[in-house]
Amino acid sequence: MEVATSHYLILSTLLLFIGTVGVLTRRNIIVILMSIELILNAVNINLIAFSSALQQIHGQVFSIFVITDAAAEAAVGLGILIALFRNKETIRVDEIDLLRW
Amino acid sequence: MSIDSILFYLFAVIILGSAIMTITRRNVVHSAIWLIGALVGVAGLYLLQGAEFLAGVQIIVYVGGITVLFLFVIMLVPVREEALTHRFSNQKWIAVFCSVVVFVILLAFVVHGVGSLDFPAGDEPIELGSLTKNSEEVGYVLFSEYLLPFELASILLLVAIIGAVVMSKTRNSETEG
Repeated sequence: MEVATSHYLILSTLLLFIGTVGVLTRRNIIVILMSIELILNAVNINLIAFSSALQQIHGQVFSIFVITDAAAEAAVGLGILIALFRNKETIRVDEIDLLRW
Repeated sequence: MSIDSILFYLFAVIILGSAIMTITRRNVVHSAIWLIGALVGVAGLYLLQGAEFLAGVQIIVYVGGITVLFLFVIMLVPVREEALTHRFSNQKWIAVFCSVVVFVILLAFVVHGVGSLDFPAGDEPIELGSLTKNSEEVGYVLFSEYLLPFELASILLLVAIIGAVVMSKTRNSETEG
């Protein structure tokens, strides 16, 4: 018996929930970026589950694009983080309030 | 309980446990290590569903690339004492409440629409013969139907490389001039 698609959806919902909590509650930008990776992985689980349920390859191709995006996002995000640390000497989100006025 | 179900629940426990550990650890290096666990679990799920090419890509790109990038940046940024004691921000309970609301809504959608997920079975189930063709199929679709998005993705990666280099390089003009 194969695992039902709904189980994959619930798993990915849980992973999305954990990632959202991580993004919203942590102070360290690095952990926030890691949580974003978790969220993108939740999306990928969904895509692969439907790709396998429908016997279509397109979901896997979309997953590749999501992974590409995740890599680009991590590189740019960590670059921003290094530039930010050079200017502000902190990587905590509640101390970075340059745009708040 | 078939072997598929057992593996699914095993990977699910690995993914969710590692994800929870990722967002709760004090030490950022430990978070990165737990993140590897979650990503490897997702790669296992890909394997379970016959997406071998993606499982390989997941391991190489995420575990081999992105996590190492994270660890590099962690090494570059010093850790302060109070960062270890106050790791959650002040609005944490509001944030958890909002996340729970979103989670319940999504879960309600899944539970409500579970009947529409019973897709008619495919023409033939995935057997071992078709498993070996997975990367072939992905490559074919990628270079025929999704050729333009594929090229755009390469431009995106180029922009990301240039952006990361420009942002993280030191400004020598200030010290020279």
